[in-house]
Amino acid sequence: MEKERQNKKPILEVHHVSIWFTRYDQGIRRSSLPVIRDLSLTVEPGEVVAVVGASGSGKSLLAHGILGILPYNSHMEGEILYGGEPLTKERAEKLRGNGLALIPQGVTYLDPLMKVGAQLTRGRKDEKTKERCRQVLEKYGLGPETADLYPFELSGGMARRVLIASAVMDEPRLIIADEPTPGLDARAAGRILGHFRELAETGAGMLFITHDLELALTIADRVVVFYAGETIEEARAEDFQDEGRLRHPFTRALFRAMPSHGFAPIRGSQPYPGTVSSGCPFAGQCEAGRKECGEADRIPVQRVRGGLVRCLYPEKEETV
Amino acid sequence: MRHRLLFTAKKLLRMGLLLLGVSIVTFLLMSASPLDPLQTNVGQAALGTMSQEQVERLEAYWGMDTPPLERYAGWLTDLLCGDMGTSLLYRQPVTSVIWQRLSSSLLLLLSAWVISGVLGLLLGVAAGVWRGRWPDKLIRGWCLLLSSSPAFWLAILLLLVFSVWLGWLPAGLSVPIGMESSLVTAGDRLRHAILPAVTLSITGVSNIALHTREKMVDVLESDYILFARARGESMGSIVWRHGLRGISLPAITLQFGSVSEIIGGSVLVEQVFSYPGLGQAAVTAGLGSDLPLLMGITLITSAIVFGGNLAADLLYGAVDPKIRRRAAK
Repeated sequence: MEKERQNKKPILEVHHVSIWFTRYDQGIRRSSLPVIRDLSLTVEPGEVVAVVGASGSGKSLLAHGILGILPYNSHMEGEILYGGEPLTKERAEKLRGNGLALIPQGVTYLDPLMKVGAQLTRGRKDEKTKERCRQVLEKYGLGPETADLYPFELSGGMARRVLIASAVMDEPRLIIADEPTPGLDARAAGRILGHFRELAETGAGMLFITHDLELALTIADRVVVFYAGETIEEARAEDFQDEGRLRHPFTRALFRAMPSHGFAPIRGSQPYPGTVSSGCPFAGQCEAGRKECGEADRIPVQRVRGGLVRCLYPEKEETV
Repeated sequence: MRHRLLFTAKKLLRMGLLLLGVSIVTFLLMSASPLDPLQTNVGQAALGTMSQEQVERLEAYWGMDTPPLERYAGWLTDLLCGDMGTSLLYRQPVTSVIWQRLSSSLLLLLSAWVISGVLGLLLGVAAGVWRGRWPDKLIRGWCLLLSSSPAFWLAILLLLVFSVWLGWLPAGLSVPIGMESSLVTAGDRLRHAILPAVTLSITGVSNIALHTREKMVDVLESDYILFARARGESMGSIVWRHGLRGISLPAITLQFGSVSEIIGGSVLVEQVFSYPGLGQAAVTAGLGSDLPLLMGITLITSAIVFGGNLAADLLYGAVDPKIRRRAAK
């Protein structure tokens, strides 16, 4: 299985991407606020990659950056490849809704004044599109009458399924799900995640952005841990079975914070974007942190035990 | 449907109360007016040469010998019987004066209302779509400039440019001077209505455009527009399908709410262009202490403004799916 995956060409490659926000300080002084710094990840066909990070760590912007729909007051550097070729703004525009799909957070992402069907078909009125719309709704347990409902007539779970249906309208090769489960109970969330797994089984690559590590581990093949706009570790989901296999002190702390592993809180809080200009963003809270962790210009990414870690002194493998 | 009828009935009841209130306030204001009807309409010199008996007859004609409460009660009873009284200045029934004036104002009011609505909406949408870029800056600057210049001043300016300097359009009135009324063509009337209508619409445009722009910006920044883009909808399709839908409700409120501004503006604009419409009649009635006429005009215009708002409320029900679906149940 592992070998098979390696032979596949990644559907999405993100290399050293940074995203800045331009804002005005005290009226007229312009400043650039880095929200995502030096981010790299890959998604292969049939694979679910989870990006896990706390709120305010810049996760949603990553999704918008890949789709090329960042707000006008931001800019992006670095390289994104889709199917091996650079994903330029123009190419992203062509691919959106046609190979590249987003599953957003909730019902506010549906036009409140437009019927569900019209939003799924994007205004196309041919029989084929209508038929496809009925198909995808049915696939997620929604009857054809759903197309005639307005978003305010949907329940929370229905809205979530409508959003997934809208993402798979055109059989995308890459699906980015941005926090698709908040507000759902465990069973409903589980059902939604089951749909994601199914999508991956059909060969689509899946980038699953969430703040819920436990939830992510139930379906992800690989987990990318995000902290204050930086990727600090990329690990296989199996690595999370055992704290000793994790590489970064923050990931270990995150592991210990899970209810099933001691429920130990992480001390301190994530720094605001733009406040950390050098060194490791976790340096202030790290128990193993040394002087140079906060002073080093940039912490390089190292390959450790088959995963990636951005740490000067990655944790040793140990059996706990 | 029953829901809708009940809603309308409630609104109409409220309109009755509103009109009653408006008539009381108008009456009180007129009673408190420092203008002496006799001195204003007969003149100080003429009054001096009249006998006491003549003066008393005039006072009776202008209603000065009746106590205010009795006067108002009389007016109200007549009104409830369908009689709005006789204009003291025009010596015609108030209804016929209002009817004449309204029909000549209607062209003006309607065209200004439509032009300002359509133009305001278009400019607002354009500014919202190109927010922060030059079309937006241009439109916003233009709107701010217009909304800060008074309507009567703008009227004088247009009058100077288009009828005095360029001589393209007539300087005033609603028909050519000295022409027999049977010879006046529709074209003549139209030519005379252009300048006042343009003035009226220009001042209305900025308000509608600026509000539409704000709403459009809000809509375009919303989550569902982001998702529409993520689904691959083009900017044109987004503005057309989601943007216009999103601003439709506030646009209805603005459009029908602007009825009051158009009518208010027409008072000043008709004065500048000596246009014999309802606005001008209101000024004449107010300055000439023609109580029955002023009361009549106030009532009619209030009813029109209220009707505009009522129409907006009813249209809301037809456009907003939340209200529509609830009403259908």
